Amino acid sequence: MSLIESTAAQLHRQLTSGNVTSVEVTQSFLDHIQQHDEHYSAFISLNVEAALAQAEDIDRRRASGKPVGALGGLPVAVKDVICTKGQTTTCGSKMLRDFVPPYDATVVCKLKQADGVLLGKTNMDEFAMGSSTENSAFGVTHNPWDRTCVPGGSSGGAAACVAARMAPLSVGTDTGGSIRQPAAFCGVTGMKPTYGRVSRFGLVAFASSLDQIGPIAQTAEDAALLLQALAGHDPNDSTSSSKPVPDFLRAINQPLVGLKIGVIREHFGEGLDDEVAAAVREAVHTYQALGATVSDISLPHNQYAIATYYVIAPSEASSNLARYDGVHYGFRANEAEILETLKQERDTATATNQEATGKELDSELIRMYQRTRSEGFGSEVQRRIMLGVYALSEGYASKYYLKALKVRRLIRQDFDKAFEKVDLIVGPTSPTPAYPIGDKIADPLSMYLGDLYTVSANLAGIAGISIPCGFSKTGLPIGLQLQAPAFEEERLLQAAHMFQQQTDWHTKRPSLKN
Amino acid sequence: MTHDAFQTIIGLEVHVQLQTQTKLFCRCSTAFGAPPNTQTCPVCIGMPGALPVMNGKAYQLALRTAVALHCEIPRFTKWDRKQYYYPDLPKGYQISQFDLPMSQNGHLAISDPSGVFEPKKVGIIRAHLEDDAGKSMHDEAASKADSRIDLNRTGTPLLEIVSEPDMRSAAEARAYLSELKLLLMYLDVSDCNMQEGSLRVDANINLHLETSHGKVATPIVEVKNMNSFRAVERALSYEAGRQFELWEERHIQLGGPGGHKTTRGWDDEVQVTRPQREKEESSDYRYFPDPDLVPVITETDHVEEVRRNLDELPAAIRKRLESKYKITSYDTDVIVNQGRDFVDFYVTVAESCGDGKRASNWLQQDVLRTLKEAELSIEEFPVSADSLGDLLNRVSAGDLDNSRAKDVFSRMFNEQESVEEAMSALGIVKVDTSALESLCRELVTANPKVVADVQEGKSQAIGALIGQARKQNSNANPAEVKRICLKIIASL
Repeated sequence: MSLIESTAAQLHRQLTSGNVTSVEVTQSFLDHIQQHDEHYSAFISLNVEAALAQAEDIDRRRASGKPVGALGGLPVAVKDVICTKGQTTTCGSKMLRDFVPPYDATVVCKLKQADGVLLGKTNMDEFAMGSSTENSAFGVTHNPWDRTCVPGGSSGGAAACVAARMAPLSVGTDTGGSIRQPAAFCGVTGMKPTYGRVSRFGLVAFASSLDQIGPIAQTAEDAALLLQALAGHDPNDSTSSSKPVPDFLRAINQPLVGLKIGVIREHFGEGLDDEVAAAVREAVHTYQALGATVSDISLPHNQYAIATYYVIAPSEASSNLARYDGVHYGFRANEAEILETLKQERDTATATNQEATGKELDSELIRMYQRTRSEGFGSEVQRRIMLGVYALSEGYASKYYLKALKVRRLIRQDFDKAFEKVDLIVGPTSPTPAYPIGDKIADPLSMYLGDLYTVSANLAGIAGISIPCGFSKTGLPIGLQLQAPAFEEERLLQAAHMFQQQTDWHTKRPSLKN
Repeated sequence: MTHDAFQTIIGLEVHVQLQTQTKLFCRCSTAFGAPPNTQTCPVCIGMPGALPVMNGKAYQLALRTAVALHCEIPRFTKWDRKQYYYPDLPKGYQISQFDLPMSQNGHLAISDPSGVFEPKKVGIIRAHLEDDAGKSMHDEAASKADSRIDLNRTGTPLLEIVSEPDMRSAAEARAYLSELKLLLMYLDVSDCNMQEGSLRVDANINLHLETSHGKVATPIVEVKNMNSFRAVERALSYEAGRQFELWEERHIQLGGPGGHKTTRGWDDEVQVTRPQREKEESSDYRYFPDPDLVPVITETDHVEEVRRNLDELPAAIRKRLESKYKITSYDTDVIVNQGRDFVDFYVTVAESCGDGKRASNWLQQDVLRTLKEAELSIEEFPVSADSLGDLLNRVSAGDLDNSRAKDVFSRMFNEQESVEEAMSALGIVKVDTSALESLCRELVTANPKVVADVQEGKSQAIGALIGQARKQNSNANPAEVKRICLKIIASL
């Protein structure tokens, strides 16, 4: 098997045994990217020289018997919403097109310490807002299974690059399903860890109380390897948990005995694609065959999850994105034009004797803010900022934002109750497989409804994973979502690994077309 | 200004920079005066992805202050984002506290020793923590309208202390500020330097008037840009007068047409308040809980521990000095206003000489004057409290008189001598009582005219004998000479 076809675990064994060098591995993936990515746009930027230098250094250390980190020289792709010192971090936005952070995110430090080789930065919906990676200022990412389809989002590039074998490991972020849904659309394994499990320091915030960094890989075992490197308390993130991090790789091989899984009644309702429903039912049978008991459970407030999410997330986003105002860094609208336009408007007002109108015109500063934000942000980001500003405004906050916080508590309580009865909740990751590019971009609401099964894990702060569980007739992957209580990533990985020992959906690879 | 026709209503909002080494949510230095933008990091300049982490020291300083202001400390407090756009606010929001501040419902007692107003308690609505913004420097030259921004100050911890509208005159407002500043200095939580912006004051003021139609209020005015306590006092006096004149002229009431709250700035050069540009829209800060920070839980036990560990504060010290050393409230005020070290110095001197009044007089006159002339603080003062006490003790015992004692004090300061060294250098020795008696007898015998005058009731004539005694022996204690001579004359 060629290097790029291998799983991360296989490559890791070969690297450790010295059969292959990190430079060889890194070079194969870089070659593959350079050969194919122009047709897929999974990456926004590549790190060729730095990656090879890092790989060389790791090889040198290994050859001289010095210690090598847990990732052992495996290449890792990083979503372009995570700060990398000295390398552009665009968030898929024109606003940060040329932004070079002066610091590394905590997870980037951890990857470097673990000797993961940073390949490059992956494409995404602008500021992680979207479910299709169509909202990127750097072009749409194409689904490796069908170039005409979306890869999902917002971590579309992160999932597509693993499916297309452009990277063995990939770091994504998940605010409402942004790891799990693209993992499902691209036929790979993607996990959203518990809120607080992985540090958010250096993750450019979309919705701070929902954002979480997690691994995307070919298998649960690979995901465990990467999560091990990412997880852990960070004194720079007040919301990161100080709970000890278990040994995921050791845990993964211990089968779960007496596993109780719950199937959410509400997830098999209107809007669910028949093929997806069938594949998920089949997956449930697989678990039964492995000795799991299955019961029906109900999450009565799940029906409000989308509404709740689309109040809380935009509210936080409207605040988090206020800093992109053209003053200190990032994009600024053309000043000369702004001044010229204002002058003309004032002259016109004076000439037509509309002194009052002239006085009411914006100041240069206000106009600079307006133009910068109108030109720098794409339409989905602007839509969500407006939603959030509205929901937080005086007189509306109690009707929307504060109400949403209350419903969020109810959604969390639903999960608490469900997990008293079952160990895991199993269901579809997304109501449909990947859809054609352009299909939903003009209809935001239908796009939002695609997040139906994923947003509640973020609202509740629990862990979830999506693993491949079948294909549609047209050959598009279908994802199975497993959800576990907070800080039970071990259980998720064990259950996912059990499934992958019994099935081969996760081994299927798309053939790339040029 | 007091005026029979109206009552002035004043509330104050004070922002205090807390004296921490590092900022409220990052580890940048808070030192004042560094070159622009050299004390910054991704967190305080609002770089994408950076997250705040609360500085526990800042919270403890805030807690100590709130407890000293007799505030209730709720068990649960949280952080909120206050959102507005301004170039010196790089995150687009300030991290502050909205509906659940860290402290509330306290008070600060104020009084005036000269009786300008009756002692009273000014209520404290709340004291909460927030991070400071940066500084904008505008180039006002018309040709190039450049603005520059210094973010060194961004993120410095501020405690905002909001009073009830309990003050009824500019003098009360000034007394409140002085007392608050003194308290903060004693708590060692802020350097309260108004010039450097460590202490900033905004005032809300309006008038209540009795009219034939009942009680009415004038529109509230927020006064800003007052850079000293004197400026606050003058601005508020001015503003009260201005509002009264405006009332007489136009009768605009609070809440009525044109009666909304406005903002005015104090022009210290011209000594007037002027309208400041109104915000274009009514401000909506869209407060919401900051999801990047965790709530702070403060257990009652901890609050009690903070309370127990508070050093004695000005109000208590004043009471103690007055009752223990029998000095006036005016005297205690002067001493306490000098700070804790000065109070300690006073207490040592008073204990050592056993005369609180004498110690107080010496400290207020000689010590303070010397400190001021030499530009020294009491910690730097070379004369120790013990040796000054020793000197005053000798004055009390009649070993030397006050004017000789001042000479000794002067040598102790200038030559850094002990009391004995200074006295012997000045040739001061205590005159033996029998020697003094025989000297007095000689003088009485030699001055029959004086004796006759005294016997006729012109007791001040005895001064001539004192003068002669001092000429013969400079160590002769005038009071003793007078006492002995009078005794001898009486027995003649």
